[in-house]
Amino acid sequence: MKRCITALLMAAASFGVAGQTLDPAKSAITAVSRQMNVPVEGKFTKFTGQIAFDPSKPDAGKAEFTIDTASFSIGNAEIDDEAKGKNWFDVKNFPQARFMSTAVKAAGPGRFEVTGPLTIKGKTNTVTIPFTVKADGGAAVYEGVFPIKRLAFNIGEGVWKDTDTVADEVQVRFRLVMTGGKPAAVPGKKQSP
Amino acid sequence: MSASRYTTTAIGLHWLMFLLIAWGFSIGLSMVDLPLSPTKLKYFSWHKWIGVTVFLLAIARIAWRLTHPAPPLPATMPVWQRKAAALSHLLMYGLIVAVPLSGWLYSSAAGVPTVYFGLVPLPDLLSPDKGLAGRLKSVHYLLNTTLAAIVLLHGVAAIKHQFVDKDGLLARMWPGRAQKEPA
Repeated sequence: MKRCITALLMAAASFGVAGQTLDPAKSAITAVSRQMNVPVEGKFTKFTGQIAFDPSKPDAGKAEFTIDTASFSIGNAEIDDEAKGKNWFDVKNFPQARFMSTAVKAAGPGRFEVTGPLTIKGKTNTVTIPFTVKADGGAAVYEGVFPIKRLAFNIGEGVWKDTDTVADEVQVRFRLVMTGGKPAAVPGKKQSP
Repeated sequence: MSASRYTTTAIGLHWLMFLLIAWGFSIGLSMVDLPLSPTKLKYFSWHKWIGVTVFLLAIARIAWRLTHPAPPLPATMPVWQRKAAALSHLLMYGLIVAVPLSGWLYSSAAGVPTVYFGLVPLPDLLSPDKGLAGRLKSVHYLLNTTLAAIVLLHGVAAIKHQFVDKDGLLARMWPGRAQKEPA
C-alpha cells in the first residue's frame, strides 16, 4: 500500500500536472496468451498509474503505469502458481512491471499512439501502444490492445521457451478509467500547468 | 437382412473408436498427474481432440446402427446373455457420447475453451464456474470408469464366446473376409 501511494505521488510529481486518478475497480489490464492455439486470458488485478492527456494536444501527453505481477491470475491455481514462479514472472525478484511514456502522437481520428519503455522481469523493450480515449461522464476511458513477444521479456524460460505450446505473441488488453481532476477526454479543455 | 456380420462401415467404426478411446483414455489417465509443463498442455489438447473425434464418430456410428440392424446372435445364446449384451451395447453407445460431452462441459466450466486440432474453436457451453468444474470433473471420471468397466466386460465376453462357447460370435465384428455390404 505504501509503495502504491509512493508510486502515485512520484507519478503525479513527475507529470507536474493535476492529472486524473485511476479507478481500479473499473479498469482492467489483461494478457491473452495462446496455448496450443487456445486463447487463455489472465488478469492483473493490482496496478497503479497516471495519465495526463489532452486529445487536442496529444504530443504533450504522458502516462506511467506500474503493475504488480503477483496479481496475475487466469483463475486456475496450478497455472497461477507456475506463472508467478521463476520461469514466468518471477514475482519474488521482479514484483513489478512498468511502462513509462516517452512520446504520444495522434494516429487518426480519435486514435493515438503512445511509445515508451516497457519493463517486465527486468527486461526493457520499447513498445508502441495504440489507444482510444472517450469521455464517460466525468471519466476518461482509455482502451487499447497491443502485442508483445513474451520471450523478449524472458517470460517462459526453460521448457517453456517452446513456442509450439505457448505462443510467443501475447495480446495485452487494457481499459483504464481515469476519474476526477480535469476531464481530459473533452477536447478543448486545457490541462492546468 | 440375413447377413451374418456387421457391415464393413460398422466394423471399421467399432475398431477405430476402440483405438481412439483407448488412446484418449490412457493419455487422460497419465496427463493429470504430470507436473505443469508443455508436455502436459500438449497431452490435454490431444486428449480433447481425440474426445471431439470420438464424439463425432459416435454420432455417425449411432446413426449408422439405427439404419443398419445388427446381425443375428448365435441361436445357442441364452436369453439372459442376449439381454445383457443388448444392455451393455446400449450403455456403450450412450457413453461414447456422454464421456466426450462431459469432458467438453468440464473444460468449458474450467474456463479453458476447446480448439479442435488447434484450428476450430468449439463454443463454450458453460461459463467458467469452479464449483461446477469440480463436479463435472468427477462426472467425467465416473463415466470413464463405467465405460472402461463395460468395455472390459464386453471384451471378456467376446473372448469367452470365441474360445469357450466357440459359437462364432466374434466373427460378426472381426475385420477381414469382407462380405457384400447390405445397401
